[in-house]
Amino acid sequence: MHRHFVAVIALTAALALASGCSSSTKSSQQSTPAGGGTSSTAAVSGTVNVFAASSLTEAFTTIATQFEAANPGVKIKLNFGASSDLANSINQGAPADVFASASPKNMQQVNDAGGASASTNFVKNFMEIAVPPNNPAGITGVADLAKKGVKVALCAAQVPCGKTAAQVFTNAKITVKPVTLEQNVKSTLTKVELGEVDAGVVYVTDVRAAGSKVKGIVIPAHLDASTEYPIAALTKAAHSAGAKAFVAYVLSPAAQTVLAAAGFEKP
Amino acid sequence: MIGFAFLMLPLVALLIRAPWSGLGSLLSNSEVLTALRLSIECATAATLASLILGVPLAWMLARIHLPGMGLLRALVTLPLVLPPVVGGIALLLALGRRGVVGRYLDQWFGLTLPFTTAGVIVAETFVAMPFLVVTVEGALRSADRDLEEAAVTLGASRTTVFGRITLPLIAPSLLAGSVLCWARALGEFGATITFAGNLPGTTQTMPLKIYNAFETDPEAATALSLVLLLVAVIILAALRDRWLRGSPSA
Repeated sequence: MHRHFVAVIALTAALALASGCSSSTKSSQQSTPAGGGTSSTAAVSGTVNVFAASSLTEAFTTIATQFEAANPGVKIKLNFGASSDLANSINQGAPADVFASASPKNMQQVNDAGGASASTNFVKNFMEIAVPPNNPAGITGVADLAKKGVKVALCAAQVPCGKTAAQVFTNAKITVKPVTLEQNVKSTLTKVELGEVDAGVVYVTDVRAAGSKVKGIVIPAHLDASTEYPIAALTKAAHSAGAKAFVAYVLSPAAQTVLAAAGFEKP
Repeated sequence: MIGFAFLMLPLVALLIRAPWSGLGSLLSNSEVLTALRLSIECATAATLASLILGVPLAWMLARIHLPGMGLLRALVTLPLVLPPVVGGIALLLALGRRGVVGRYLDQWFGLTLPFTTAGVIVAETFVAMPFLVVTVEGALRSADRDLEEAAVTLGASRTTVFGRITLPLIAPSLLAGSVLCWARALGEFGATITFAGNLPGTTQTMPLKIYNAFETDPEAATALSLVLLLVAVIILAALRDRWLRGSPSA
């Protein structure tokens, strides 16, 4: 039993070493990241821990699967949460290799703590109102959210979706009194899906991902607000080569197609 | 000894890293006071609700001997071992606006529990009541029934016996159970955030406030954690005699 355990540790160490060595092939990885199956990133191996904003749940799950198919030997472990929460975890030493934030501010927090040196904005996301399919409060626009008796779920102020929603309300010159401030955009969406609230302000991508479980009420462009999503391979990444390869893949046309299909826009 | 160190180390770290110099200003912040007041009010209300619902239940479990009572007892303690967040989801599905029972509360009485202070109390009662029930049930089992029977032979009614004999007999356990229940309710997080949501002044209790603060201002979160640690220590001190004597029916 004990011997097996030692063997596992040795194997893990060997894998880590192998992935570390492969960083010399960095230039070739970045040139051909597309999911053609003949990618030169095959040299990369190990497990890459990706911390990503909740709103990226569906898109990144697809992208990770594609990346794994193009790079046998690499396992992508996804951890979704509020960007503010993830940034905090990373700064507290959580074993993350890649951080994809729903706000430059949370990336900056990691940057300030020395966790990331350079990041690239890879998508942009706009806000939309999500209501239960039968729209019990008859919401037709942003102004309805400020009406008395309308139960609205928002993201907490420190979470990017909460900050961006607040920008929408400023643009519309309204004050919304929410019944709950949720910890991340998916839990805001869930409260709408369950019909516990009359409306929630989430990303365009969340409404699309929820399918028929919610109805989207579009926010007119002159009132809408957006947030940019930066991604970075982290300086303390245990699997630096794998992290860089994954970031390159997210920036590649193949992944951008997935993101566009999910409703994300170019930054 | 290693076990002791393991238990104490995180608490010591909390003390070491606490922002002692800024503690006063962090804690006199009105949002913090609101959260603290809400926590204390809700925990107290949940304890009262637990007493009203839990004592008769404990009496039933201890005194009625029917087949299946063992199963009933196990079910009552289920919230003790259930992850609180599961309790929160279950409450939402039962008492939410679209819930199994909640939809009728909404239709007939216009009553919705999620996102209200009442919802916090419901969530806390759900999670904390078993502590009271288990403690009181143990006391009722070991209480001297001769005294009750003597009272009955002297013509006392059932309610008189319960009020004048049984209650005084189990009073110490009732108190200890209430304190445990209160402490558990005060620290409740998972069921509360799932069922009642998170809104300062309405449903944001101290644990939720701490969780939120940790994302933006870890120092404030540490300071707030100290407050709850202090409360826990005070509760321990209050129950010290009971634990030192180590007798469950004391």
